[in-house]
This record gives sequence, C-alpha cells and structure tokens, in this order.
Amino acid sequence: MAINTLSQLAVYSLVVGFIMTFVVITGFAYTTLLERKLLARLQHRVGPNRAGYIPIPTRGGKERKLLGGFMQPAADAVKLFFKEDMTPVMVDKWTYFLAPIITVIPAIFILAVIPWAGFVPYITPEGRDYFAIAPGINVGVLFILAITSISVYGVVLAGWSSNSKYAILGGIRASAQMISYELAMGLTVLVPVMLANSMDLGVIVEGQRGMWYLFLQPIAALVFWIAALAELQRAPFDLLEAEQELSAGFTVEYSSMRFGMFFLAEYMKMIIFCALFAVFFLGGYRGPFVDQVPALGFVYTALKVFLGLCVMIWIRASLPRFRYDQLMSFGWKVLLPISVVNFMIVAVMIVLVEEGVLGF
Amino acid sequence: MDNPIIVDYLPIFMLLLVALFFALLLPALSLLLGPKRSPKNAAPHKYIAYESGMAAIGEAQRRLPVKFYRIAVLFILFDVDIILLVPWAVTFRNLGFYGLAVMGVFMFLFILGDVWVWKKGILEWE
Repeated sequence: MAINTLSQLAVYSLVVGFIMTFVVITGFAYTTLLERKLLARLQHRVGPNRAGYIPIPTRGGKERKLLGGFMQPAADAVKLFFKEDMTPVMVDKWTYFLAPIITVIPAIFILAVIPWAGFVPYITPEGRDYFAIAPGINVGVLFILAITSISVYGVVLAGWSSNSKYAILGGIRASAQMISYELAMGLTVLVPVMLANSMDLGVIVEGQRGMWYLFLQPIAALVFWIAALAELQRAPFDLLEAEQELSAGFTVEYSSMRFGMFFLAEYMKMIIFCALFAVFFLGGYRGPFVDQVPALGFVYTALKVFLGLCVMIWIRASLPRFRYDQLMSFGWKVLLPISVVNFMIVAVMIVLVEEGVLGF
Repeated sequence: MDNPIIVDYLPIFMLLLVALFFALLLPALSLLLGPKRSPKNAAPHKYIAYESGMAAIGEAQRRLPVKFYRIAVLFILFDVDIILLVPWAVTFRNLGFYGLAVMGVFMFLFILGDVWVWKKGILEWE
C-alpha cells in the first residue's frame, strides 16, 4: 500500500488505530468470558452458560445447548450501560469524572507500538517493516515504559477523589505496588533491548529469528512476567481488590459504565502485556511459514496472547493472595536485585562475546 | 512527507484521537442510557460514601502513612537511574570495555544506594 501525503497517512492511521482498538476492546469482552469459563472449569463448575446458546434438537425432545454463554459479554455490557450513573456527594467532582478517562487512555495508547504482524502486502505502508499503528517509532520500549507510568495516575486520582476510606486505601496501596514493580520491569525490559541492540519492537522480534529470548534469558522472562502481573493487579497481587478487607478498592464509589471503564482498562492491559511478553520473549509475530505468508503473523500474535491470558487465569486459580508487606519486600528485596544482577551479567557477557574474549 | 518526525509520530496523535473518542463515548453512553433519578427523592444515605453500611465518620482525605511517600521518592530516584541505563543499553556494543567500565562505576553507585536504603530499614514494612 502506497501512502504519499500526510493527510493519507492521517486517515490511514486513524482507520488502523480505530480497528485495532475495536479489536482489543472486543478481545476485552471475550477475555472476561474466557476468565469466567476457565476459572469455572478449574474449580469444577460450569460457568456462565445461559446468555446466547445454539439450541440443537435431539431425538428425545430435549435440546442440546451448544456454545453456552457466548453472548455473556454483550449482556454484561448492556447491563452496565443501563445502570444508574450516580455521583456520591462527597467526591471531588472533576477528578472523579476524569479518573476513568485517564485510566482508559493509556491502556489504548500502548497499542501504538506493538507489532501485530510482519510486512503484509496491501495493508502495511511501503517502506515499513512490520504492521503496527505507529511503526516509525524507534524508541518503542521507552514509549511503553512512559505510558505504563502514566497509567498509575488514574488509579491514584480515582482513589483520592472518591473521598471514601476504602477507595483511598485501595488507591494508595495499588499505586505503591505498581511503582515498586515498575523498577524490576524497566530493568528486565532492557535485556531484550540489549540482545537485539535496538529499542524498536519490530527489530526485537526479528532478532529472535534463531532462538526466542525466553530460552536465552529465562530469568528475565520470569521477572518480566511477575512484574507484569503486579503491574496489572492480577492474582496473586490483586490486593486492591481484596474484597474481604477493601470491598473493591478504588472503584468502590463508581457505578455504571464508569465502573466498567476500570475493568476495560485492566483487561486491555492484560491483553497488551501478553502481547508485549510475546514480543520480548516469545518471538512476537514470528512462527513457521511466516516468511512465505506474512498474514500468518496476526494468527501467531493472537495465539501467543491467548496462551498468555490462559496462563494468567490459571495462576489466578492456583495461587493465594500475597500479604501486603510480603508483596512490597518481594518487589524491592527479591525482584529488583535479581533484575539488576541479571542486567549486569547480560551486559558483561555481550561485551565479552563482542570483543572476542568469549567465542561462540 | 519530508519531515520524518512528523511522519513517524502523526499516527500517535491519531491514536490519541481514537483513545479520546472511546474514553468519552463510554461515560456519555452510560449517562444517556441509564435511568435518571433526582437526588432529592432518594433515600437519605444513598449518596454518601460506602462504608459497609455504617455511617461515615469524618473525612477520608486525611494524612496517610509516611511509608507510601518514602516508596514514591525511592521509585523516582531508581527510575531516573534506569532511564539513564536505557540509552547505554542500545549503544554499549560500540563502546566495548570502556563503556562497561563506565557503567560499572554507575552500577556500583546504584547498588550502593540500594544497599544503604535496605540497611536503613526504609524497605521494612511493619
């Protein structure tokens, strides 16, 4: 596809951005269903199976229900939209209104740099190496670190502006947790950057032609995965949603779709971090025959994201929740030193190989 | 199409428009579709802060434990250190042993600060 003028580029990126955002929001809806279904199966239940099934008549007169529950996300969304959108009296009105918006925007914004496929004819502009919303940004890793830091603001502002004790405690706890694990994440993200010698996510993916960085750097992959779980407030780090002590954390005073927006952001970030894990450690869009048929890249990305989501849900079903002091000391005293040492070992090894002291 | 910075970063601004559209559409739809009830006709406790059914005592926006503040300050210090590592991580192959030595000094100070913070007991969480 040839793009010659700036206005063509603007329209093209608007359309691609809209489509990708829509795909990920749909993905959010079905991730909630996947989570409920999979958790139910892991706990020996059935899960949602009423909303939307295909009735298949059998000979005995009873009908079999196929694909039970596949309309559940739509039912949930409709329910959220038609609930009363109330604002409590004690809240700080503007901040209370802005907090869900500030939470959703960074979640959509990280999508810009993720490479979804290689160069696909007809839909990738000429001169670009891979298909992303903004493939020209060669500091993708820095962009991701910056935007994930911004997403802490939504949590803090939501907690503070609600003027409720549960909300403030939940917001403060969540923000302290997110910033603590961001250090370990920032350091481990540098490991694929060093191995690929670029901050461009497409170059990092192409650098894994021979071997996935997961096998070269299992420790970095593990630390990144744990830090991502903490960053996403997923189990076993879901302290802000510790229902027994904080009811619902910083979302307690929100209702209707403004409550749903926090969940939208959370699940979108789940999908995005699974995609980032795939890019950094699982070879991104690369897989068998992807050089012959570039469009397969979309399939491989989707497959790897799906696997990541299943592992996240599996972890939620298996592990108990951390205590808060354990959580903070784990982040600062275990993950941060491990990632510092790992970073230095990788740097020294690469320099030794480059200078010819160690030969491979 | 001459300025590469505009070409590279224009999609980001377009994505910002998309993000704003979705982020404003959702609360607007829920305001539009949800039932509208006047606060005057509501039960007296409906619009006060939720505290598991008890009446709220005092303001919630009060002073917070200082340890959260300490964690925030530590985060800023260490995050600036990590940002300094980022450009080095891209160019260190060209710098060779010299780059490694320079970064070794920096990492030594980084770890020294980490150890000091640890020994000082700032990371303890009672």
